[in-house]
Amino acid sequence: MLGYTITQWIFGILSFLSIMFGLMVVFSRNPVNSVLYLVLTFFCIAGHYLLLNAQFLAVVHIVVYAGAIMVLFLFVIMLMNLNQDSEPQKTWLTKIIAGVAGGMMLFVLVGSLKGSEQLGLNSYGSSQIGLVKNLGKVLFTEFLFPFEIASILLLAALVGSIMIGKKEIK
Amino acid sequence: MINGISINYYLLLSTVLFIIGAVGVMARRNSIIIFMCIELMLNAVNLLLVAFSTLHSDANGQVFVFFIMAVAAAEVAVGLAILSMIYRNVKSIDTDLLSNLKN
Repeated sequence: MLGYTITQWIFGILSFLSIMFGLMVVFSRNPVNSVLYLVLTFFCIAGHYLLLNAQFLAVVHIVVYAGAIMVLFLFVIMLMNLNQDSEPQKTWLTKIIAGVAGGMMLFVLVGSLKGSEQLGLNSYGSSQIGLVKNLGKVLFTEFLFPFEIASILLLAALVGSIMIGKKEIK
Repeated sequence: MINGISINYYLLLSTVLFIIGAVGVMARRNSIIIFMCIELMLNAVNLLLVAFSTLHSDANGQVFVFFIMAVAAAEVAVGLAILSMIYRNVKSIDTDLLSNLKN
C-alpha cells in the first residue's frame, strides 16, 4: 500500500488519533468530555505499546490508567458536579501566550532532535523482552528493592489520601 | 528502526504529546484538567521509554515505565483527595481563585 508496510500504517493512524484526542482533552469545554478523550488517548498509547512488543505494559496501562485512574477522575468530577460547559476560562491573552510558549518549546525540542539520526543504534535483537516472563525476572531480581519501596509508596498514598479526605480531623 | 518505524517518529510523537500536555497546563483554569494534562505528559515520557527499551532490547526501560505508573497512581490518589478537600472548603477548583498564597 503506497510503499508502506501495515505496521507503518498502524503507527501513523495511532499517532494521528492520539494527537487528535490529546488536543481534544485540552480544548473541550466540558471536563467529562476531557476525561473521555483522555481515555481514548490512553487506548491509542496502549496500541503503541502493543506495536512495540510491550504486551505486559499495554495490559497494565489499560488496567491502571483507563480502568483505575480515569474512573477516579470521573468520580471526582461527578462528585463536584462539574459536568457543565460554563466553567470560567482564562483570558485570550493568556491562551495565546500559552500557545506561543508551547510552539516555541516544540520548535526547540524538534530542532534539538534533528541531529539524532546519527545515533547509529542497530540492536534489534529479540522481541521477547516485553513478555511477562522476562519482565518479571528483571523486576524481581534487579529491581526487587525499588519494587518493595513502590509498595510502601502506594500504602503511604492510600493512608494519606484517606487522612486528607476525611471530613474533619479531631 | 523498530518494525520498520524509525525511532525519530517516536521521538516526534512523544514530543508533540508532551507539548500538548504542557500547553494544557498553561492554558486551562480547571485544576482537574491540569491534572489530566500532567498525566498526558507522563504518558508521553512512558511511550518514549518503551520505544527506546525495544530499540535496545533492554528490559530496564519497561521496568521504569512500570514504576512511573505506580507513582502516577499514588500521585493521582493524593492529588484528587487534596482537590476534593479544597472544593469542600472553597467551593471551587479554579486555579485563579486559589492564589491565596500570593498575597
